[in-house]
Parts: sequence; C-alpha cells; structure tokens
Amino acid sequence: MTAETLHRIQFALTASFHFIFPPMSLGLGLVLVIFGVKSVRTNDPKWRQLSLFWTKIYGLIFALGIATGIVQEFEFGTNWAVYSRFVGNVFGSLLAAEGIFAFMLEGGFLGLMLFGGTKLGNRMWLFATTMVVAGATFSATWIVMANSWMQTPAGYEVKDVGHGDQAFMTSFVDIMFTPSFINRFLHVMAASWMVGTSLVLSVAAFYLLRKRHVELAKTMMRVALPVFAVTAIVQALVFGPNQAVTVTDHQPAKLAAMEGVYQTDTCVPMYLLGWSDTATEETVGISVPCLLSFLATGSFDGQVEGLEQFPRSDWAPVNLVFQVYHLMINLGAIFLAISVLGVGLWFWKRKLFHTRWFLWILVSSIVLTQLATLSGWWTAELGRQPWVVWEVLRTSGAQSPNVSTIQVAISIAMFVVLYAVLFVFFLWLMHRRISEGPQDPPSEDEIESLPDSFGEIFRKRART
Amino acid sequence: MWLNTIWFVLYVVIIAGYAVLDGFDLGVGMLSPFIARNDREKRLLLNSIGPIWDGNEVWLVLAGGALFAAFPFVYASLFSGFYMAMMLVLLVLILRAVAIEFRSKSENPTWRNTWDWFFFGSSLGITLLFGVALGNVVRGIPLDSSGNIHANLFDLLNPYSLLVGITAVAMFCLHGAFFLTQKLEGDLAARAKAPIPLLMGGFFVLATILVAWTLTADTYIQDNFIDRPWTVVFPLLALASVMLAWKLNTRAAYLGALVASGATIALLIATVAAGLYPVMLPSSTDAANSLTVHNASAAPETLKVMFVMAIIGLPFIFLYTAGVYYFFRGKVTLDEESY
Repeated sequence: MTAETLHRIQFALTASFHFIFPPMSLGLGLVLVIFGVKSVRTNDPKWRQLSLFWTKIYGLIFALGIATGIVQEFEFGTNWAVYSRFVGNVFGSLLAAEGIFAFMLEGGFLGLMLFGGTKLGNRMWLFATTMVVAGATFSATWIVMANSWMQTPAGYEVKDVGHGDQAFMTSFVDIMFTPSFINRFLHVMAASWMVGTSLVLSVAAFYLLRKRHVELAKTMMRVALPVFAVTAIVQALVFGPNQAVTVTDHQPAKLAAMEGVYQTDTCVPMYLLGWSDTATEETVGISVPCLLSFLATGSFDGQVEGLEQFPRSDWAPVNLVFQVYHLMINLGAIFLAISVLGVGLWFWKRKLFHTRWFLWILVSSIVLTQLATLSGWWTAELGRQPWVVWEVLRTSGAQSPNVSTIQVAISIAMFVVLYAVLFVFFLWLMHRRISEGPQDPPSEDEIESLPDSFGEIFRKRART
Repeated sequence: MWLNTIWFVLYVVIIAGYAVLDGFDLGVGMLSPFIARNDREKRLLLNSIGPIWDGNEVWLVLAGGALFAAFPFVYASLFSGFYMAMMLVLLVLILRAVAIEFRSKSENPTWRNTWDWFFFGSSLGITLLFGVALGNVVRGIPLDSSGNIHANLFDLLNPYSLLVGITAVAMFCLHGAFFLTQKLEGDLAARAKAPIPLLMGGFFVLATILVAWTLTADTYIQDNFIDRPWTVVFPLLALASVMLAWKLNTRAAYLGALVASGATIALLIATVAAGLYPVMLPSSTDAANSLTVHNASAAPETLKVMFVMAIIGLPFIFLYTAGVYYFFRGKVTLDEESY
C-alpha cells in the first residue's frame, strides 16, 4: 500500500470516529437549552432533574469530542504537510478563527455548564449552557466553512513566491462564504440536531418500553420529537435537495459519481438502490425516471452532465460514493417516515407512548442518524476525490513526503486500538448512566438558594 | 514586515498562556500519586482542576490553529518532521482527557486505580514531550532546503532536549504544588506544600545548568543576546520571579507564589523566543534552511485578517477566563457533580 493511501486511511478513520461526537453534542446542546428555558419559565424542578441527567451525558460526549478533535487539528500538519503549506494562508485562518471564537468560548464555559447544576440558579446555568452551545455552533460554522472552501474554493489566487504553488487570500469574505457554504452549513446543522434529538428519543423510548421514569421519559419525548420531526422534514424536503443542487452547480463530476451517471443526458433517473460499475460504465438498480433531472435542474427533461465529460483521472471512486450517498438519502427518507408516524401517533388518539413497535424504532434511531451523518460525510469527502481542494490541488502528493509508510502504519495501529477501546468504554459508560436514570430532583428551595445573577454569584462566593 | 513580528509575539503569548495555565494542571497530575493517599483525596486533587483543565487545554488547540494560519511552513515542517513524537503527544492528550472524564464513572477500585495511573502518566508524558520538543527546536533540527525534517523519534531524544524535558517537569510540578495550596485544606494541603522546597531547588539547579549550556553551546542565541542587549530583561526578570516565588513561599503567601511561578514560566518562554527571533525553527544542517518569521509566515493579507480576529477575540477570552477562575476560586469540595 502506498504512503498516500495510508495517510488517507488514517485521516478517514480519525475523522469518522471524531464525527460521532460533535453532531450529538450540537443536538443535545439544543435540547439542554430548551430544558433550561423551561426551567427558568416554570421553576418546575423536573426540568433541572432532566438537565442534570443529560448534562452528565453531554460531558461524556463532549470529552470524547474534544479528545478526538485535537487529533484532527494536528493531522493536517503531521500527515498532510504539502497540503498545509499550500492552503495555510486560507484554510489555516479558518481553523485559527475557530480556536479564537469557538473553542475558547466552549472551553471557558464548559466547567460552569458541567458543574453548574449544584452551583448555579436556573438563569445562570442556562447562560453557561447557552454559551457552550453557542461555542459549539460557531465551531461547526468555521469547520463547515473550511471544508466548503475545499469543496468550492473561492477568494484566493494560486501563486509561487518561492515556496512552490500556494493559495493566497484575495478576499476573506469570499473564503468564508464560498458558493456551497450556506447550503452545506444548514444541511450539517439540521443533521446534527437530528442526531442529538434522536439520542434523547432513543433513551426516552427505552424508558417507556421498560416502564421506568415514565413521566420524565414522556417529557423528554415531548421536547425532542417536535425538534426531530421538524428538522427531519425540512432536511428531506429543503436542505437536502438544496445541497444536491449546490453540488450540481459547482461540482458536476461529484454529482455524476453520487448518482452513477456516465452519459450526459436529459430525463436522467434517480436511483433508490443500485450498483455502479466503472468498468462497463453502467449503473443498474431501482430508479425513478427523470427524477434526478428534476431535482438538479428543476425540469424533468433538464440535462445532467455525465462522467464522460471528465477525464477518468478526475473521477471519484464512483460505486463507493454512489453507495454511501444512497445510504444517506434512504435514511433521510426513513427519518421523514419516522417523523410523520411519530407526530401522527402523538395527535391521533395519543397513542405514541404505548405503541411498542414504534418505540423500538425510536430506540434504534440514534444508530440510524449516526449512520446517516457518517455516510453523508463520506459522500462529501469521497465525492471530492481525487481532489483535496476541488480542481485545485490533488490528494495524491499532498501528504507529508518525509513521513514513511511504516510510521503511518504504526500510527494507524495506535488509533485503531485506542479508538476501539475508547468506543467500548464510551458505550459501557453511556449504558450505565442510562440504566441508572435521572436522580431525584433538588427541591425548589434548594434551587432558590443558588446564586442566579452575576451580582449574586460574586457576592455569595465572596462570603464563603 | 511588522505584522510578522506582531504574530511572533502573539504566538509566544499563546504558548506562554498554554504553559502557565495547563502547566499547573499537568503539575497536579504529576504530583497526584505522591500527595493523595486515598480515593477521597485523589478526587479532591482531580476536582481542583475539574472545571478549568479543559479551558486550559484549549490554549493548545488555539496554538495549533494560530501556527497553521500565521506560520504554515513551521506548522507543516514541525508537525510532519516530529511525526512519531506528535502521535505520542496526541495519544497522551487523549488518554489524559478520558482518564479525567472516565475515572469517576465507576466505583470499582481497579477501574479508578488504572485511570489514576493514566492521569499521572499522561500528565508526565505531555510535559516531557513538549519539553523535549522545545529542546530540539532550540538546539536545531535537520531541515532540508524544502523545509522537510528527516529525523526519527530517537534523534529527538538527545541529552540537551531531555534536560529541557526534565526541567519542564520540575517547573510544572512546582507550579502545580503552588496551585494546590490554594485548593486544598488541612493535612492534604500540608502534603502539597512539603515538596515545594525540593521542587524549587531542583528546578533552580536544572534551569541554571540549562541556561549555561544553551549560552555556551549555541552561538546563534549568544549572538542574539549580544546584538539585542535589552532582551536580557527576560532572563533577569525570570530570575527575579523565581526568587520572589521563593520569598513568598517562605512567608506562606502562596497565591503570590503561584503568580510568581506562572510569571517565571512565561518569562522563560519569552527568553527562548527572544534568543531565537527572528528564527522559529533553526536548521542544524544549514542556517540558510532555517524557518524564520519572514520566510515561513503566511502572506500579509492573511496576517492582517488574523490580527483583526485576535484583537476582537482575545479580550473576550481574557475576560471570561478570568471570570471562570474567579467563580471557581477557593477550596475544592466534593458534591454529586464532581469527578
């Protein structure tokens, strides 16, 4: 195996493992903010009870997100030195902005959020939680900006000023807001909210099935299901299709790979399931006639560019991209069905909390949403191949030339073992926490006695 | 090119910020097996840094991002050149984060003991590795003309760099002990105070040897201090702050001593930076291959944008870091949310 392949395997492995955690914390963060707002509005201790329970789980998820996230930030330099030198002027500044504006906010307030349950009143705890969630959202913003620049680069020019070719900044605003950024950002945020809320739905459904913490589980579901349903519907009908149009407009070769389109044609079908063979340049499967043309161009006889327009050396791994892409959109359709069913069962004779087969579907939803975000990410990254920066810099040759094959093999082995162990422990600890369930709520008097404004915080602490 | 110099200074501030803040919590990790004797005491030590260690470590993430953006050539050359060492750094960083998070999640003594050792070992490992890396940067690394480093892990483990690593361990342990005096009470606090004279003596001897070794062996740094005599204020102030820390320690003014030991760390890093400037990565093979603030930086346009971001962002960072530290000041207590 070549060094390049190994570098790619390592990056894919570490990025995919990392990507389990941030979407969960983004979505769970939103739920925690909702719990906090309810706490402030109603003063009902059950909201603080729920916040205490989920904040602990949030802490566990966040810790793994941070631990595996540092790896990603360092890996550009360790494994992709040529890439780093090429894009430092452009891409580096987006990562630095993430550090300054996002991580510092998260890191600063995380302690207050995780330990605020016994130290802060409703309002101040909500403030700390909101700051962390805002930090996490900014972080996602800058990262999607950076990745969007790799997909649809803008605001730069390539020059050689004595260090080989490098991208130079011509407009920072264009670098931040590349043509694909807004649509990709909305797509990723909606997906993250779905992952986070599906975690809450899974746990709530599990409690209902086991008849434990029934009232709290119903409350969790009342908060999480509407958010999940709305985002799933908007994702499937608006953000997802918009994202596909963005790819059509700016990365036609990627769209052709996603759908296995070889010949440029009108009335191009969209596959539900299929298999694409690059040797025979044929895609077979179950398809809806003309649907791809309609989605991509707005007209059933619109023209879609096929892979034949592009040299073979510029093709992504077609069948792999096709498969992960279709896994994602099929899961998206399943989420749409779950949402409609869930909302239907809720309003129709209030059957939601007693329909056991549907509760089992909800229990499995966290696995499905995780699979969907992962396959979506793989679509984005594999579909961009063979480019690391779309039509500007090839992945091949962007790796560190001075790192040997054996060194990368050793580090891959290290990450495989480490991440496997961490994942087992993570699941085990989640299982324990969920089995234990929420602790008894603190009394209203106890909550009342906690400092709940900046003035009180500093006065009260000064006395003790 | 004043922007390059500004970014060099900002970068040194970020590194110093990281070393001063994470320094004490790494120190707590290294001291924990020697100070804490039972589970309750171990938890007290862990929770003394519980709400803040994560914010401290973010300075390292910031350092990574800022290096990538402001000096992409240093970022690419250093990180790829120290590949195996960087992978070890990542390993210990991950192990430390999960050790802190996982330990409290089960009552099982074997589980807790195992993570205690990971907490200790990873704190020691991070300190040693960063010390050794700094030592190699000062000593010079085999950079070729295209900015690539060809060195293996064992080339990095030379006596000079190991001495820097050990000095860093002594320095952070001392800093951590001063921090613990603020957080612990009674017998446990007395145990945290006990090693301070030894750590201080050890650190002082090691640092003195290191300064003498650097100045005699490294003519480049020697010349820089001769050419820019005013930069001698950094080592002199570092010396003054160690003596101040000593004085304050004998008077049991530990908060002052903690601030003084923090100042010592920052001033020593400033000393190294002043000795190297404008070089960031000296090449041991040919001085012409060295990466400097001029030939390794991002273009002025990028530096300008980043400078604006830093001006907007840094005041907020200082403000809420100070706020959070203020909120969590005072002796550490355990409750159901503690680690």
